[in-house]
Amino acid sequence: MNKVVANAEEAVKDIQDGTVLMLGGFGLCGIPENCIAALVKKGVKDLTCISNNAGVDDFGIGLMLQKKQVRKMISSYVGENAEFERQLLSGELEVELIPQGTLATRCLAAGYGMPAIFTPAGAGTEVAFGKEIRNFGGKEFLLEYAFEAEFAIVKAWKGDTDGNLIYKETARNFNPLMAMAGKTTIAEVEQLVPAGELDPDCIHTPGIYVKRIFQGVNYEKRIEQRTVRKKNQ
Amino acid sequence: MALTKEQIAERIARELKDGYYVNLGIGIPTLVANYIPPGIKVILQSENGLLGIGPFPEEGNEDPDLINAGKQTITTLPGSAFFDSAMSFGMIRAGKVDLTVLGAMEVSETGDIANWKIPGKMVKGMGGAMDLVAAAKNIIVAMMHTNPKGESKLLPQCSLPLTGVRCIKKIVSDIAVLDVTDNGFKLLERAPGISIEEIKSKTAGKLIVEGEIPEMRF
Repeated sequence: MNKVVANAEEAVKDIQDGTVLMLGGFGLCGIPENCIAALVKKGVKDLTCISNNAGVDDFGIGLMLQKKQVRKMISSYVGENAEFERQLLSGELEVELIPQGTLATRCLAAGYGMPAIFTPAGAGTEVAFGKEIRNFGGKEFLLEYAFEAEFAIVKAWKGDTDGNLIYKETARNFNPLMAMAGKTTIAEVEQLVPAGELDPDCIHTPGIYVKRIFQGVNYEKRIEQRTVRKKNQ
Repeated sequence: MALTKEQIAERIARELKDGYYVNLGIGIPTLVANYIPPGIKVILQSENGLLGIGPFPEEGNEDPDLINAGKQTITTLPGSAFFDSAMSFGMIRAGKVDLTVLGAMEVSETGDIANWKIPGKMVKGMGGAMDLVAAAKNIIVAMMHTNPKGESKLLPQCSLPLTGVRCIKKIVSDIAVLDVTDNGFKLLERAPGISIEEIKSKTAGKLIVEGEIPEMRF
């Protein structure tokens, strides 16, 4: 068993035009920076991307949008990316905006082998349009399907050669769910260690979910809103 | 005088109880964190996977892996915990969050809320708002009573795309505190110096005014 690949270019080698991809991250926090750069360099296009946000104009998925590599985005919030909003309003980009909890739980369902879930989010709104609705205990729930994604690209803090992953702080967000849900999961990590170094009690994503793992490099970890308090406040 | 955004937040903070787990939306609701009454412990939930949001970091200590739902850098507190996005919305949907505070563009007299889309102009997305309003048992809306054109935002029916239906029970605006009842908006309090007449004229939806309406005190 060898899950380790050399770098992002190797990791995304077999991602073709037209693929459905999951990308972890919340805003710019916990995004797979190396793989995004490799996808931009590879020039693969016509992609459907499932990711909570669309990055900013010149970072994260925004880089792929700039190169017009994305045909469709499935996200919950795209407010930070003006190019995205422009492509959306002009019709160049197909967008499905879905509630954040629904996005997360549809990934979870896929990872847990459940074809569908029921959620109250969006009942009575345009999100419910065309969907099966069921009443449980006097309340309306929408039937939402598990996502099917050829690839899930996740970012973790530490990983081992068996594919076990540990995330850091709020960089965790969607990564564990997408790691479980993707048909092939690619993990980029800040620290890649030999199997045996990570405490089994502390593993967030067991290696069974991860097909390929590599040591990432040169993380920019851009901050979207640098907010501070004065000393002694 | 109409309330400032800070005062709206301060008035809402008076509804906090010791031991509450609270989700604060972006905008005016985040300011509620600055007015938690002394002597009580309130734990703030960040939808991106944190319980126990601490203050902003001191300059030079910003951690890019530690942000809130508004993508701002934050810190943690003793007792904080990290978790993933499915657990985050799981705890929201399962009713573990005691209070949700969010903003609104429009609220209807039956408790519908619109706060995520202006068709053709602003389509940033709903984020976690639909989950929060669909499942939260206790929701307070922080909003301006009228829009910049002076039109009422408390309406018989929302004209903008809805975030949720029949879910809002309480509103704190810059001029009033109101409940949403089976018979429409019920006026509970008015901002200092604001008359009932002014509130009536700025509320397009059905407004119930019964008895003395006290002024909010600051």
